[in-house]
Amino acid sequence: MDKESAVQSLTDVMAKFTAYIGKRLPTDVKAKTAKLRAAETNPLAIAIYDSMAENQDAADKLDRPSCQDTGVIQYFIAAGAKFPLLGELEEILLNATLEATKKGPLRHNAVETFDEKNTGTNTGSKIPWLDWEIVPDADYALIDVYMAGGGCTLPGSAKVLMPGQGYEGVTEFVFDVITSRGVNACPPLLVGVGVSTSVETAARLSKRAILRPVDSQHPNENAALMEKLLEEGLNEIGIGPQGLTGNSSVMGVNIESSARHPSTIGVAVSTGCWAHRRGKIRINADLSYDILSHEGVVL
Amino acid sequence: MKKILTTPIKDEDLASLNVGDVVYLTGQLVTCRDVAHRRLIELKRELPVDLRGGAIFHAGPIVRKKDDGSFEMVSIGPTTSMRMEKFEKQFIEETGVKLIVGKGGMGPETTTGCLENKAVHAVFPGGCAVLAATKVEEIERAEWQDLGMPETLWVNRVREFGPLIISIDTKGNNLFEQNKARFNDKKSAIVEKINSQVRFIK
Repeated sequence: MDKESAVQSLTDVMAKFTAYIGKRLPTDVKAKTAKLRAAETNPLAIAIYDSMAENQDAADKLDRPSCQDTGVIQYFIAAGAKFPLLGELEEILLNATLEATKKGPLRHNAVETFDEKNTGTNTGSKIPWLDWEIVPDADYALIDVYMAGGGCTLPGSAKVLMPGQGYEGVTEFVFDVITSRGVNACPPLLVGVGVSTSVETAARLSKRAILRPVDSQHPNENAALMEKLLEEGLNEIGIGPQGLTGNSSVMGVNIESSARHPSTIGVAVSTGCWAHRRGKIRINADLSYDILSHEGVVL
Repeated sequence: MKKILTTPIKDEDLASLNVGDVVYLTGQLVTCRDVAHRRLIELKRELPVDLRGGAIFHAGPIVRKKDDGSFEMVSIGPTTSMRMEKFEKQFIEETGVKLIVGKGGMGPETTTGCLENKAVHAVFPGGCAVLAATKVEEIERAEWQDLGMPETLWVNRVREFGPLIISIDTKGNNLFEQNKARFNDKKSAIVEKINSQVRFIK
């Protein structure tokens, strides 16, 4: 394949995949909401879970975006240094967003700041948002597509704690965010927590955390314990689907972390709504691909 | 039996409703969100739709323009109502709107507005946008299209649109405020329990 047709082919795959994830939830999220529905005892909460399931069936059958807010399109890329289209990837993902917007169709969600005009294309300054990591020696690219909707973006918060506040301060921060603003963000939520050194490092890690599978665990024992404690504790609050009370509050809590300055604890929270529309695709060097987030996909 | 509200809605239609009740709407439902509220309240522009006895939907849908120039509702779910809290009390007073549909709770100002003007706020389950779109029979008009797809005032004719869960009634009750108080009551004991196990700095 020459370079031009390679670029065209990958643009086409990424456009189709981007539109696809707006219509069908990832396998782990689907399984988790079904599990929470099965464990629910509040009749109003059960009725809401059933509306959610009915909606996903209708979206699948009618081939429509399951939630009208298809978000700002964000791509989290872990690209091998030897991935053949490394230099072309930015343009490929821009064109994939334009194409997915027509194909989906996706809602027009890019408002140019300061001009305050909706571009009508889902693209604008630095949008789609790209987050890059380079994998030394690898020749493939792993791409997470995320639709950052307004509702689940609004609770996002970050701050820098003093070490005296400790991990106890992290717990308090997470609970404050979720019981105040998380209630309106379409629970049960997937809660991402970044524990790091400053606001921007913690914020980026908190977003990476919600790209991880719902039931995944942090490799560090203490962090994994904290994930479990936060999940159980938030569920004990009983926020329920849509904040209307129920047996659970969250689909899960994922923590991502880095080392920190001895004088600071950067902490951030990002939330994913129950309709957590993300997809993970691996593009191999020969441009064949594997979809890792959804089972049985035909693009 | 399903409780169905029909526009134009009268004060007496809402008098018996309590927070937590489930109702459905038949008639006209107009999307109205951030900028439309700002234009009416802050910029003093007249709304291009008469909302007396009417229903608004905090929503920014996906709409497809058909070849004949008419519009098709593809996907329409509620957006976070709290964003409109700053404007809603005055909006209710000025427009005479009776039913506000959205997602999540609203605050004390809207609660007062609903009490004084006999209006209600209701929640449609967030994220259930295709379910909602199937209850839209027709898009009758589109106003303020200069605002772009999400912010345009889409005037919809709907049939048995719901479930709508009453979150603020005409008697000053606010379901989300009640729930938040419950959540906050439980919070400190739970946080304390967790914190006894996360003292990793030693």
